[in-house]
Amino acid sequence: MSDATAQDFEARLSACPACDVVPLALHVAAKEVPGDVILSLPGIHCATCITDVERALRAHDGVKSARVNLTLRRVNIDAPGLTAAELIPVIERVGYEAHELDPSALSSTAAERQSRDLLMRLGVAGFAMMNVMILSVAVWSGADHATRDLFHWISGAIALPTVAFAGKPFFESAWRGLKHGRLGMDFPISLALVLASAMSVYETWHSGPHAYFDGVVSLCFFLLIGRYLDFRARAVARSAAEQLTALEVPRAIRLNGDLEEVVALADLAPGELVLVRPGARVPADGIVLTGHSEIDRSLLTGESLPVAAGPGLALSAGEVNLTGPLRMQVTAAGRDSSLSRLTELVAAAESARGHYTTLAQKASEFYTPVVHILALASFGYWFWSSGGDLRLAANIAAAVLIITCPCALGLAVPAVVTAASGRLFRKGLLIKDGTALERLAEVETVVFDKTGTLTMGTPQLISPASLPDDAAPVALALARVSSHPLSRALALGLGEAGVEAAGLTGLREVPGFGVEGRWQGIPVRLGRLGWAGEGESLGTAPASWLTIGNEPAIRIDFADRLRPGAESCIAQIRATGRRVLLLSGDTEAVVADTAARLGIPEWQAAMTPEEKAHRIAALRADGAQVLMVGDGLNDTAALAAASVAISPATALDAARVASDIVLLGHDLAPVAEALDVARRARKRIKENFAISGIYNIVAVPIALLGFATPLHAALAMSLSSITVTLNALRLR
Amino acid sequence: MSVVGFLIPVSLALGGLGLWGFIWSLRRNQYDDPKGDAERVLSSEWDDKPRPR
Repeated sequence: MSDATAQDFEARLSACPACDVVPLALHVAAKEVPGDVILSLPGIHCATCITDVERALRAHDGVKSARVNLTLRRVNIDAPGLTAAELIPVIERVGYEAHELDPSALSSTAAERQSRDLLMRLGVAGFAMMNVMILSVAVWSGADHATRDLFHWISGAIALPTVAFAGKPFFESAWRGLKHGRLGMDFPISLALVLASAMSVYETWHSGPHAYFDGVVSLCFFLLIGRYLDFRARAVARSAAEQLTALEVPRAIRLNGDLEEVVALADLAPGELVLVRPGARVPADGIVLTGHSEIDRSLLTGESLPVAAGPGLALSAGEVNLTGPLRMQVTAAGRDSSLSRLTELVAAAESARGHYTTLAQKASEFYTPVVHILALASFGYWFWSSGGDLRLAANIAAAVLIITCPCALGLAVPAVVTAASGRLFRKGLLIKDGTALERLAEVETVVFDKTGTLTMGTPQLISPASLPDDAAPVALALARVSSHPLSRALALGLGEAGVEAAGLTGLREVPGFGVEGRWQGIPVRLGRLGWAGEGESLGTAPASWLTIGNEPAIRIDFADRLRPGAESCIAQIRATGRRVLLLSGDTEAVVADTAARLGIPEWQAAMTPEEKAHRIAALRADGAQVLMVGDGLNDTAALAAASVAISPATALDAARVASDIVLLGHDLAPVAEALDVARRARKRIKENFAISGIYNIVAVPIALLGFATPLHAALAMSLSSITVTLNALRLR
Repeated sequence: MSVVGFLIPVSLALGGLGLWGFIWSLRRNQYDDPKGDAERVLSSEWDDKPRPR
């Protein structure tokens, strides 16, 4: 990575994880190793999984090598000439889920290099610290004159190059801060490093008694630990967020006359013809030319009922085609599609979210001037009282800078955030942004979306037993033909009820309408109202109709399944006294039903995306800190408008980008846990600041009075850093 | 005192050896997958080759 990139990256510790990724992604060397396939394995967790996957892959023809990375849950396969599509079944056969990752969306190389760079500096500082400490112990135990000077010289010879190398991140960031007229934590750190090193060299030169080489190096070491933890927490989150993005390898099938070619989304232009296969996501905005199907719009609007699609219907990017192939003419693609426009909406709301001042920033804003004023004052006072003894004054000023060690401050937050993120990650929550925890701790109002968030977004057969005995086998046989969500739910429900499928002939699916066949010579149909039968529709829940010959049609009712853990999650959140709201774009009856089942007192139905965002803005205007949990495009503006946002991993890309925390599993229960952990994390951070504060109150006067020796500084520094880290670990 | 003259280079050399070892292992991607390494210990597969680059 070039220096410029490193700086770009360092400079962008913004609250928006996407912004952190963008510069990285731009600089990723697009050199693809030929035959290198990267697959995501979300389900692996142990030694057996690793062995199974690797063994299966190595046994496959054409695979040179395969190596699983459990930390990132990926497998790198070196298989020249093989594609991901050929390798995924190999892994699925041994029982693991595998997805293709889009290598262009993975900036792992740059992030890896960055993390390796930090680790290298950390290691160098660590080894230098050990060696300098050995020599310092000799000095502390009473070596003097020539021996002491020799030891000081050797320490200096180790410490100076180490500080130059290991302190680079601090110097760079302090310099950047200066250029922008900001004094962050890095400025006092750099000043302490430079001033103390210079003073120590001067003292050694004049065979003075005190040299702070050990303090300087251990300061570097402890601070780098904080930096590394901070970076690691962000890198894990970033790589997981990238994994999710990379899972959606964006491709479309373009039609050139009768020729089908697979192209990247970016290459689509308005006016071109595109084929949308059943089960695929609509790649761009367009108009259906031929074909009948049903369209799932739940991610865009929150409606749980599929919409019938036929020629002339306008489709938006991001909708899912369910039953039949559609030929579509593109009207807007790529950046102009409705999906991208919504993403821009998110960007606007993100900037409106404003800059959140973290506890660490508040602390450093207070800390930096105080330390500088103290050091300057002590310098001035000793210079004046000793009658112009520059050396003594500079020595004491350096001691003050070293002993007010920002280590504890620099470690206090990263250690806590790392411990808390690690704990939540094990529960299946991914913190994309370090400040999210602090914002989450202040939340007192929680807003949920319904479709896809509180519910799974997949229908479930309500009562298999309500079907007449002779109709159930027919329904099962018909349902097995189609991949429509309702058919699948029907087949699953009847299969679990132990129904045997009847023998049917002439089965065929009519895309957009249903399935028909013949049973003992009688025509039978399963499908939409109006095609498979006439009757009273309930209008609230999805339903399928079954007609056997000339008998009246039978209505088969489905309900959207609640997400596991939804009930306990809501109950837990309400038990802590927080206010819970349900805002949905779905119809009133369905929303009322869900709210009643979950015990949510406040709900609103049929909301447009803008209304949702306005509602949240209104809540925030009343001074409430709002957590929004949602998954669809219709939630993105609301997610961005909220103080904190959580979205499930199944959410649309735009929604995930707009949220701070991603829920990896199906279970909703971790959301309640996250609120609890966030509160405790905030408490730990404050405790850590208190520990640093108390220690500074004790140590600073000693330094100011000129009693501090390098031994005191080393002891105090290590003690405070270790206390802070141990306190953070109580969260694990 | 002459023993110090002998021991200082020894201690520096040992520290340098440790640092060299650390850098060597870092360059060989041995810190890329700490979780996986912890689990691989339990695997019965003889695995003596780091991931080829």
